[in-house]
Amino acid sequence: MSLSLTVNGTTREVDVDPATPLLWVIRDELRLTGTKFGCGIAQCGACTVMINGQPTRSCVTPVDTVTDTDITTIEAVDGPEAEAIQAAWVELNVPQCGYCQSGQVVSATALLQAIPKPTDQEIDDAMAGNVCRCATYARIRSAIRQASDTLEG
Amino acid sequence: MTLIKPTRRAFLASTAGLVIAVALPQARRAAAQAQGEQNFAPDAFIRIAPDNTVTVLIKHLEMGQGANTGLASLVAEELDADWAQMRAESAPADTALYTNFAFGIQGVGGSTGLANSYTQMRKAGAAARAMLVEAAAREWGVDASAITVEAGTLTGPDGQTGTFGDFAEAALDSEVPADPALKDPSEFKLIGQKLTRLDSPGKSDGTSEFTIDIYLDGMETVAILHPPKFGATVASVNDTAALEIPGVIRVAQIPTGVAVYGTNTYAAFQGRDALEVEWDESGAETRSSAEMAQVWAEAARGDAREVEASGDVDAAFANAATTHEAEFVFPFLAHAPLEPLDGVIQLSDGEAEVWMGSQLQTVDHGTLAGVLQMDQANVALNTVYAGGSFGRRAQPASDFAAELANVAAAAGPGAYKLLWTRENDIRGGNYRPLTVHHLKGALDAEGKIIGWQNTIANQSIIAGSPFEQMMQDGLDPTSYEGSTQMPYDWPAHRVSWARMESQVPVLWWRAVGHTHTAYSTETFLDELLEMGGQDQVQGRLDLLSAEAGRDRAVLERVADMAGWSGPGTGDRRMGIALHESFGSYVAMIAEVEDRDGHPFTTKVWCAVDCGFAVNPDVVISQMEGGIGFGLGTTLYNEITIEQGGRVRQSNFDQYRMMRIYDMPEVEVAIVNSENDPSGVGEPGLPPIAPAMANAWRSLTGATPRRLPLQDAGV
Repeated sequence: MSLSLTVNGTTREVDVDPATPLLWVIRDELRLTGTKFGCGIAQCGACTVMINGQPTRSCVTPVDTVTDTDITTIEAVDGPEAEAIQAAWVELNVPQCGYCQSGQVVSATALLQAIPKPTDQEIDDAMAGNVCRCATYARIRSAIRQASDTLEG
Repeated sequence: MTLIKPTRRAFLASTAGLVIAVALPQARRAAAQAQGEQNFAPDAFIRIAPDNTVTVLIKHLEMGQGANTGLASLVAEELDADWAQMRAESAPADTALYTNFAFGIQGVGGSTGLANSYTQMRKAGAAARAMLVEAAAREWGVDASAITVEAGTLTGPDGQTGTFGDFAEAALDSEVPADPALKDPSEFKLIGQKLTRLDSPGKSDGTSEFTIDIYLDGMETVAILHPPKFGATVASVNDTAALEIPGVIRVAQIPTGVAVYGTNTYAAFQGRDALEVEWDESGAETRSSAEMAQVWAEAARGDAREVEASGDVDAAFANAATTHEAEFVFPFLAHAPLEPLDGVIQLSDGEAEVWMGSQLQTVDHGTLAGVLQMDQANVALNTVYAGGSFGRRAQPASDFAAELANVAAAAGPGAYKLLWTRENDIRGGNYRPLTVHHLKGALDAEGKIIGWQNTIANQSIIAGSPFEQMMQDGLDPTSYEGSTQMPYDWPAHRVSWARMESQVPVLWWRAVGHTHTAYSTETFLDELLEMGGQDQVQGRLDLLSAEAGRDRAVLERVADMAGWSGPGTGDRRMGIALHESFGSYVAMIAEVEDRDGHPFTTKVWCAVDCGFAVNPDVVISQMEGGIGFGLGTTLYNEITIEQGGRVRQSNFDQYRMMRIYDMPEVEVAIVNSENDPSGVGEPGLPPIAPAMANAWRSLTGATPRRLPLQDAGV
């Protein structure tokens, strides 16, 4: 079935089973590989993308439910919040294996877009859906705080 | 948008003429190799390009531990490079060039990566530096000794300057120094400093490439269905429904299960779910893990094989004023790297090329060639970033590589990506062994420990595996490491091991035997000290042997950091633990409070002595990661085998992952003992669970003796 998707600002036509999870359309059809597969049941957050600015688990999102939305993947997160987050991620050496970090960066960017100065509790709440098996959590917290501080200045 | 990967052959051809600037002719390489047991082949490790980038070929898998940054920083230091010009790339599989000197094969594990590369990579960097200097000396007509190098710039006596790129090609004609001089550590500029990890940018913007990200032309994605019990096999397959799913190309039975090939991932997964398979369970393991734990516990209470002893243990217990006894049960554990096991293979007539997060390249390479019945020279194995391993990708029998090769062999020439699901992973065996410890302690009338006994029952990881030669006189040290060679000076002690058998495949899991031995020994010791009326820190210090200076230093340091004055009396209590593993010494203090009946760790202080800390920030990050990984496991994780033999858990909804809100604040101090560098990937894990449990005992009066805590009703 042919569907029309708006991904990273561009409209793309894909011919897929409408029940296909968005994750596999992004990866297998559009070859945007930054978004990862970790569990397939919305438990780990490696597949996080933004749908209309909201962090969403693409592994359980049927592609035909998001045809009229704006989908943003790690390849196109931009703006001051994304830049601040990614700069802090590099400066604080957040990633270890790195496999979850696309999802972490998307969730953290969405957090700062919604709440520019999050409390520690708000950070924990916003990032609770993103598992890091290497447990880089202490640095994720620090990097979000640092990015938030940068944005203020 | 299809990514065409260059073949290894094309890669070598292009680099030989174009960018290898530091090359070593074969004859000279052979001579250099003959001079020492460590290969000296700077061209195998360093490529200096005319664009002034320096690429270091990394012989070990980068799986998050910082191999790329660590090994590149050793080269950069001796090369006097600018850190910004450094790059890292995974080396191809080539055992002769890329051996891990700790093992004698290409591969990494046991926290050996940095340590075994420390001199080798520095020498490579120093050789390349000398060759660049010689090239500049020729061009400028000056003496090489008059040239200085700093931050990637060569400067001549008359103010001439040049970059490494300027001399990249001319350096090809330079003599390769046989044994280049290395810097004195006091001259280090990059080693010992915080550096930006080379893999941070790509891992922060989604551009880093993992195995799952490789898409070849015409590639099929393959899902696999494994038997539901360990030791079961396929009896019959009905693939009618699977083949009706659009996008499913074929179904094939392979030795490890049933493979479904799809034009895309969703089709392959759906096809797998539609398979109807009859299993032959006649040879399967049917015992539950609870039943096994009872058998193991009985063995741990009985006579087992003595592996270490001192003094007269029986007399110590006979003369004791007080004795104490405890049994600990540690569950099977899955590694659960966030990237499920995966591999890509391009099979053509008589040749194959493979991409995977290979941790033991020599073993995987040989296995791929063996299954494909090809000469190893016709199989290229490319190592790709791994989304975590924690031991899972270090497979002595190369099970995954063999499965990947079988997937390709069953289908014929073509390109295939074998992608496990999380369910394949959690139910895939190769667990941290189920283990039972039985400890006894003897105290004299003054409360002094006079006897210590520990009997451990578990399966051997290496017996029956291709690594069986690591067995020592029938003993598998990975089963009980950490319970022996303890730093404490017991008047009398005995450690014994009972080898258990089951069909559940077991594997090393981050910190291996230390995952359980640190817990039982450091919580039991804590109880004995309390029974003897001693302080947990001072009591340990008093017990430490004269040779245990490094243990003493980290223990004193962490007590100082946390302001230790006992476990405390308020809502937050402190617990301490000390444990050496893989040559690194780590002490931790955990501060814990009771939140609705569950332990919540608010803060962890950690002091680590890993010898000379090459990349201090990587050391700190590995301590943080070890703490998080260890805490989550202790709180939540176990693999339960049901009566009949099925694994209960299948995904993260039941095998619960540590999350950000579980993570304590962590403060790490590096105690530099100026010993040679030792590893940090594993040693940060063992002390956290006993430190946390000791604090919890202070709050509740009891040490959890059955892990995870959640299972123990905590």
